[in-house]
Amino acid sequence: MATKHSRAAARLMISPAVLLLLGWMIVPLAMTLYFSFQRYNLLMPGMEEWTGLANYQYFLTDPAFFDALTNTLLLVGGVLLVTIIGGVLLALLLDQPFFGQGVVRILVIAPFFVMPTVSALVWKNMFLNPVNGLFAHAAKALGLQPYDFFAQAPLASIIGIVSWQWLPFATLILLTALQSLDQEQLEAAEMDGAGPLSRFFHIMLPHLARAITVVILIQTIFLLSVFAEILVTTNGGPGTASTNLTYLIYAQSLLQFDVGGGSAGGVVAIVLANIVAIFLMRMIGKNLEA
Amino acid sequence: MARQVKTRSKVIVTIAAWAVGIAIFFPILWTVITSFKSEADAIADPPVFLFFNWTLENYVTVQERSDYFNHFMNSVVISVGSTLIGLLIAVPAAWAMAFVPGKRTKDLLMWMLSTKMLPPVGVLVPLYLLFRDAGLLDTRIGLVIVLTLINLPIIIWMLYTYFREIPGEILEAARMDGATLKAEILYVLTPMAVPGIASTLLLNIILAWNEAFWTLNLTAANAAPLTAFIASYSSPEGLFYAKLSAASTMAIAPILIMGWFSQKQLVRGLTFGAVK
Amino acid sequence: MGSIVLEKVHKLYGNVEVIPSIDLTINDGEFVVFVGPSGCGKSTLLRLIAGLEDTTSGAIRIDGNDVTETPPAKRGLAMVFQSYALYPHMSVRKNIAFPLKMAGMDKAEIDRRVEGAANVLNLTQYLDRRPGQLSGGQRQRVAIGRAIVREPSAFLFDEPLSNLDAALRVNMRLEISELHQSLKTTMIYVTHDQVEAMTMADKIVVLQAGNIEQVGSPLELYRNPRNRFVAGFIGSPKMNFIEGAEAAKRGAHAIGVRPEHIALSKDSGLWKGTVGVSEHLGSDTFCYVTVEGIGTMNVRTSGEVSVHHGDTVWLTPAEANIHRFDKEGMAIR
Repeated sequence: MATKHSRAAARLMISPAVLLLLGWMIVPLAMTLYFSFQRYNLLMPGMEEWTGLANYQYFLTDPAFFDALTNTLLLVGGVLLVTIIGGVLLALLLDQPFFGQGVVRILVIAPFFVMPTVSALVWKNMFLNPVNGLFAHAAKALGLQPYDFFAQAPLASIIGIVSWQWLPFATLILLTALQSLDQEQLEAAEMDGAGPLSRFFHIMLPHLARAITVVILIQTIFLLSVFAEILVTTNGGPGTASTNLTYLIYAQSLLQFDVGGGSAGGVVAIVLANIVAIFLMRMIGKNLEA
Repeated sequence: MARQVKTRSKVIVTIAAWAVGIAIFFPILWTVITSFKSEADAIADPPVFLFFNWTLENYVTVQERSDYFNHFMNSVVISVGSTLIGLLIAVPAAWAMAFVPGKRTKDLLMWMLSTKMLPPVGVLVPLYLLFRDAGLLDTRIGLVIVLTLINLPIIIWMLYTYFREIPGEILEAARMDGATLKAEILYVLTPMAVPGIASTLLLNIILAWNEAFWTLNLTAANAAPLTAFIASYSSPEGLFYAKLSAASTMAIAPILIMGWFSQKQLVRGLTFGAVK
Repeated sequence: MGSIVLEKVHKLYGNVEVIPSIDLTINDGEFVVFVGPSGCGKSTLLRLIAGLEDTTSGAIRIDGNDVTETPPAKRGLAMVFQSYALYPHMSVRKNIAFPLKMAGMDKAEIDRRVEGAANVLNLTQYLDRRPGQLSGGQRQRVAIGRAIVREPSAFLFDEPLSNLDAALRVNMRLEISELHQSLKTTMIYVTHDQVEAMTMADKIVVLQAGNIEQVGSPLELYRNPRNRFVAGFIGSPKMNFIEGAEAAKRGAHAIGVRPEHIALSKDSGLWKGTVGVSEHLGSDTFCYVTVEGIGTMNVRTSGEVSVHHGDTVWLTPAEANIHRFDKEGMAIR
């Protein structure tokens, strides 16, 4: 299909994209790496000096790092749990025939298209606020004390907000996968005497397994970098209770102006993300053959 | 497949599905309704749902006090701008990879996708400093550059999958019919690819509009798009729920509408084809 | 005007030698059919001639000019694809006009030629429709129309009838043959269906695993197959092959005799056998007869003879029509 003439043209047409992405990869990464070995603070410019692995040592032994790492894992894990289980259930529900399917689908999909800063602030103020939020009103109506979500369970609150945003994504993916399930397979199972629960566990779930894996891997990539929601609600607090790795590095770089330390943190974040990415690559690679 | 769906169970499912749908959508609905309340009504306990004095004062105030329109235009410029530039670079690349595949094409595509998986915080420092030194901080151009680069892999990927669906034989027929490369792209490929390109455009505008890392860190007052503008409500003074709602409604309305049309594209674009 | 010569054409796909080395001459005005089983390289060969693939080595000449390095657009050939490859977003008129537009012809001339082609192919009433609104046979004709208007040196057909149902296939076969009669342009036609090959070709090229097994007119291949492969490929139903004693008796490693060259009798004959399955087509009946020591043979008898499963019958092959093959499968003349 490809001849000499088209191959030369093809190379030319790919080059701008390749060069740009290559530059985008190499230049900032190289700089981050470089800075991570420097003692460089933006408040004291001109005093940079080589400091070897000191930044890494400092960063990795900082108790805040462990808090941030834990919070990151909790955040990712928590959201995954809620969105996958919720997503499977929702997908099963939406796969059934009912009146107004199109509209309900739109309602369920909507949160994914709301920008993170709006989601976070709407939830924080109009729902979770212990004085004026709807949950507080509801609690008072039931005679209970309103719960101060962000003070007492900051990370959980953020997990809740991010889950609300990503549930549509998981649902959509799983619903798409579910709808690709051959109805005849289910009919054959029914003829073979399998009840609804059996059909779910033995046929639907295995079919969904691949889609679930994809959802997990892709969401993880994006969830590692949750930022805006933390910035506009808790700023990582109280203390480091809701600080994740991304926020920690941001704070160090742009709030404490510690370029060296922030860069070391950045490298650590990249390494962690790469580990996840390797798995995702393998999964996608298999599908490019399809 | 003719199946007798019992009406009773269909009704039960309908009720359940609608209940869940409304519950999930409720925060958005509540925001829109609250945008038409006075600040006092906005924090009223018990909460008011429909029967209050509907007013447009919040929309007016938001525009007056904080030049909302400027931020809105920033969002428009950077989303549409980065999408169009991205398409300009991506269409030829995706064409080449889809129709003249080589031994390394798949690896190349994988590599491009992998650049999207770089955690932005890993390059926050150098980008911030580079932009500062180049005078790109708080500029629309700066944001357009960044957004183009971070979304380029997805644009290329989506176009690639759409182009692959165009039967190769039709392009060969064009070649046999005497079409030069330019004619082939102009008269045959592009018209057939237009739906795919439109879908990609839609999804990318959505992703760029909602991007909330670089838009928050690389802007201040001038070039701040809506994401950053809304973030300023995180430390407000006085009663502000109604104003927040008005600002939010205006910020999310265009994207909600676009989003409703792009569900399929979402699956295709963000799962990188792993789910069909 | 449309003579094509292939000289030592060789094609490698990665490490696979799809076409080891082919020498072939196609004369102007001939209807040549490339036929062979799946994977034999016939489509590849066609695409090499078209210029859609590059040769690994060797030369291709059209009317004496070396076109090996020439891009497909400039070779002056027209191709009809298996899937028709019509432009879905253009009307039939624009589809047919496209190559002329690419050639920079002026509008009046384009319209004249398009209407001419539409006339010949009975497409005039469909000119403003889109391919999606046409049936398979109509799309086929549009594809042919698009090829005709270019007035090429040769037409290349890549299994054009595979996607049509049986009845339509027969009609289109006739139409294409008639087209060849009226245009007298060289046509190279690829198919895996030996019936199409036999009925349409002036010259058949039988291919297997990238090699030419035999080139000749349909009757030549039918009467004098060069080897066992060609003997078994040409002619439907397939030739019966017998090894062992009967073959040795006639001085060969194996012998072949076509179903139509075996006489079936209920009374007497050379070989005695039992009837298995019979296929009744009305005009003919094909019986599968198991003969002891030889095997199962397919025999053609007239539709009037009634034979039943389990009957004992006698078969007599026509000695003049027995083909002999040596150990390597080559025909012994």
